Amino acid sequence: MKNLVFVFLALVGFAFNSNAQEKKKKNAKHDIEVLGNCDMCKKRIEKAAYAIKGVKSAEWHSEDQTLHVIIDENKTSTTVICDAVAKVGHDTGEVRATDEDYEKLHTCCVYERKTE
Amino acid sequence: MKTYILLFFCVLFQNMQAQETISGKVVDKNNKPLEYALISWKDTEIGTEADAQGNFTLEFVSDGILQISYVGFEILEISSFLNKQNLVLTLKAEKSLDELVIKTTRKSTTRSHTSNTNTVTMNSGELLKAACCNLAESFETNPAIDVNFSDAISGSKQIKMLGLTSPYILIAEENIPTVRGASQAYGLSFIPGTWVESIQVTKGAGSVVNGFESISGQINTELIKPATDIPFYLNLFGSTDSRFEINTHLNHKLNDKWSSTLFVHGNARVAKNDMNHDGFLDNPLGSQINVMNRWQYIDQETGLVAFLSARYMKDEKQTGEIDFDKKKDKGTTNLWGSEINTEKFDANAKLGYVFPDMPFQSIGWQNSFSYHNQNSYFGLNEYDITQRSFYSNLIFSSIISNTLHKFSTGLNFMYDNYSENVFNYTAQNYDRIDNSVGAFFEYTYDNANNFALVLGGRVDNSNRLGVFVTPRLHLRYNPWEDAVFRASVGRGKRVANIFAENQYLFASSRQFNIQYSDGKAYNLNPEIAWNYGISFSQGFHFLGKKAELGFDFYRTDFQNQIVVDLDQSARTVDFYNLDGKSYANSFQVDLAYNLAKHFNLRAAYKYYDIKTTYQTGNLERPLQAKNRMFVNLEYQTHETDKGGSWKFDATWNWLGKQRLPYTGDNLAQNQLGQNTNPFSTINAQVTKVFNDRFEIYVGGENITNYQQNRVILGADDPFGSNFDSTMIYAPIFGQMYYAGLRFKIK
Repeated sequence: MKNLVFVFLALVGFAFNSNAQEKKKKNAKHDIEVLGNCDMCKKRIEKAAYAIKGVKSAEWHSEDQTLHVIIDENKTSTTVICDAVAKVGHDTGEVRATDEDYEKLHTCCVYERKTE
Repeated sequence: MKTYILLFFCVLFQNMQAQETISGKVVDKNNKPLEYALISWKDTEIGTEADAQGNFTLEFVSDGILQISYVGFEILEISSFLNKQNLVLTLKAEKSLDELVIKTTRKSTTRSHTSNTNTVTMNSGELLKAACCNLAESFETNPAIDVNFSDAISGSKQIKMLGLTSPYILIAEENIPTVRGASQAYGLSFIPGTWVESIQVTKGAGSVVNGFESISGQINTELIKPATDIPFYLNLFGSTDSRFEINTHLNHKLNDKWSSTLFVHGNARVAKNDMNHDGFLDNPLGSQINVMNRWQYIDQETGLVAFLSARYMKDEKQTGEIDFDKKKDKGTTNLWGSEINTEKFDANAKLGYVFPDMPFQSIGWQNSFSYHNQNSYFGLNEYDITQRSFYSNLIFSSIISNTLHKFSTGLNFMYDNYSENVFNYTAQNYDRIDNSVGAFFEYTYDNANNFALVLGGRVDNSNRLGVFVTPRLHLRYNPWEDAVFRASVGRGKRVANIFAENQYLFASSRQFNIQYSDGKAYNLNPEIAWNYGISFSQGFHFLGKKAELGFDFYRTDFQNQIVVDLDQSARTVDFYNLDGKSYANSFQVDLAYNLAKHFNLRAAYKYYDIKTTYQTGNLERPLQAKNRMFVNLEYQTHETDKGGSWKFDATWNWLGKQRLPYTGDNLAQNQLGQNTNPFSTINAQVTKVFNDRFEIYVGGENITNYQQNRVILGADDPFGSNFDSTMIYAPIFGQMYYAGLRFKIK
């Protein structure tokens, strides 16, 4: 009996697991930490996100330093977005901007970086 | 040796200390770290400073009181600890700082820099500036709309946009076209101002989503939403022209999904006024009862929203000679009199669904049924109209790949059943049924920075207008900071309801002549016009205060118009299809300036060039000022703790000369000149707000007491051929003062 329960649980676990791995959402909501300051930052961050195929909606708020996105997970991922946003000079939760890109920012956009 | 021992002890001590430490993080209530906060043991020298992330480590002192302090926050003291590691210490903001709310006063009229159309939004604050209480009057403090003076017969004010009368404006209530067809003449006075939450006034071609009828612009009113309404509202109003009004709203929230408001409006004019002693009433006696019940359903989880509403309205007006007795004198030539009685019923159902995981995708379905019945007579002329309408609009909105590319598409159905009887020298019947089915698509591109484009089109199949296409285009460009440039082009098409729209002309001896063609409504063709517009506005600072300067120019070009010709003779009004040119050019420059704290100025100059090819030649549109000026000043004292204040508001309007229709075939004493004289009027209001629940107001209209000197031509013989009470170009009544109160339970 104990074995049976174990097998059952294992199966369920497996089912859940495979589900979680295979099912990519067409409209997945993600919140990504992105550092920035002002309206100019907002435009730059959102522009970088919108340039990626599969990003359906991108909204950045300075209050919570978060980029709210809705993406098609078949086409893109948060890592791709983080890469693109870091490329324009903004540190993200996953990817840190290079010092070079950070220094290219407009003076009003020079946000305070977190120490590594 | 001594040093070694000391060192040993030190190390020992340090070691002991290392085991006896306390560590944690200092944050505010939003979990934001408070960098470099001070942490110390009370009445000791032992203390430290947190790092940039709010983290700290400090030796532990048993029986000590730990004090954590940070500028702007209350000092936190802790004396007992369950554990000593990884504490999260949340500081409360100091009271005085917590209560410091930064206020920027919201203007009661706003023009957005990011809206794609030239739209002015008036919120309820602006509506409170007008005397009272219906929609037609609420535009008096807004330069985008010209409010004409009420005629002696209906007592209601007509509005114009870009110099064109209200039939050319699409007037919608929550995006359902409402003031149209039979209700064109008085419809605005059937919407009480206190029911309105905000009004959006859009100049030029509107969106295709709401239909094909708009030519010079769109006015959309948003009514108060039951879900956000206050439990009780009362407004009382009385004025020296003996008009009294009452408005009450009762709101009830049944649960977190359902809410409902009952709106009740009543008004009455009880005393007869004849300030100019011409033997005729200056404004009609009348009464109106207007009741609406509105339900709102919101389900945050499923994304479902619904509105249901039902309304009943009954309005009665009587005017004419002072001694006119409707029981005795109706239908006779004893005394001239007029009655306009209207009954209206409508029901709306609106459903909206927002896809839960796709906030950019939604479906909306609007349905409206309305019944409108007007019975009226003007001396011996009679006019009766009944309209039964059904309107349905299904809208699907979503995106193309991302939210920079949005679209709305849908289907639209309209049905109007008119029964119309006219007695003007002879009896005529004009019953008709209009219906149309249409499909629309509107694409919006917005680069989320400085450029946007709205491209819309619709195809409709109508039994009166045939199959036709309505294209509309809007552009917005922000070339630099605080500047916005807009352009629009669009086409509109409509059936002119010639009697309903021009029914004020029944209050004259004029004979209505329709010059028949092979058209499908009143044997006339549909009206078709193109509207082109550009506008530019720039915000800037002048002497350290905010200012905004705007310009706009619009041209409406009629391909066909039903010309209303008053210039052939003072005995007739002729209706015919345009044969030649008809256009309306309008230019406006306006300035908004914040003179001082709580003290705002708005000024506008408007120039109209409106010409039509009449059968007697190219003439300016009659009773239309070529030049107009507008100045509005508002001042509010600083709000007290209880929310009390004084509000002052004054509006100055100047109208240049207006062309008068031909009166040359009248008797000499009943002839008017070619043009009117320029004149100006001043309206002012003072409101005392005691607190956020109670306020009283007093005000005056036409304070300088300008009066039109001849209101009625042939007043001594109202059934004779010279009688005409329709040439209204200035106030009739003279000064009018009013007072009222507003009471709210929140």
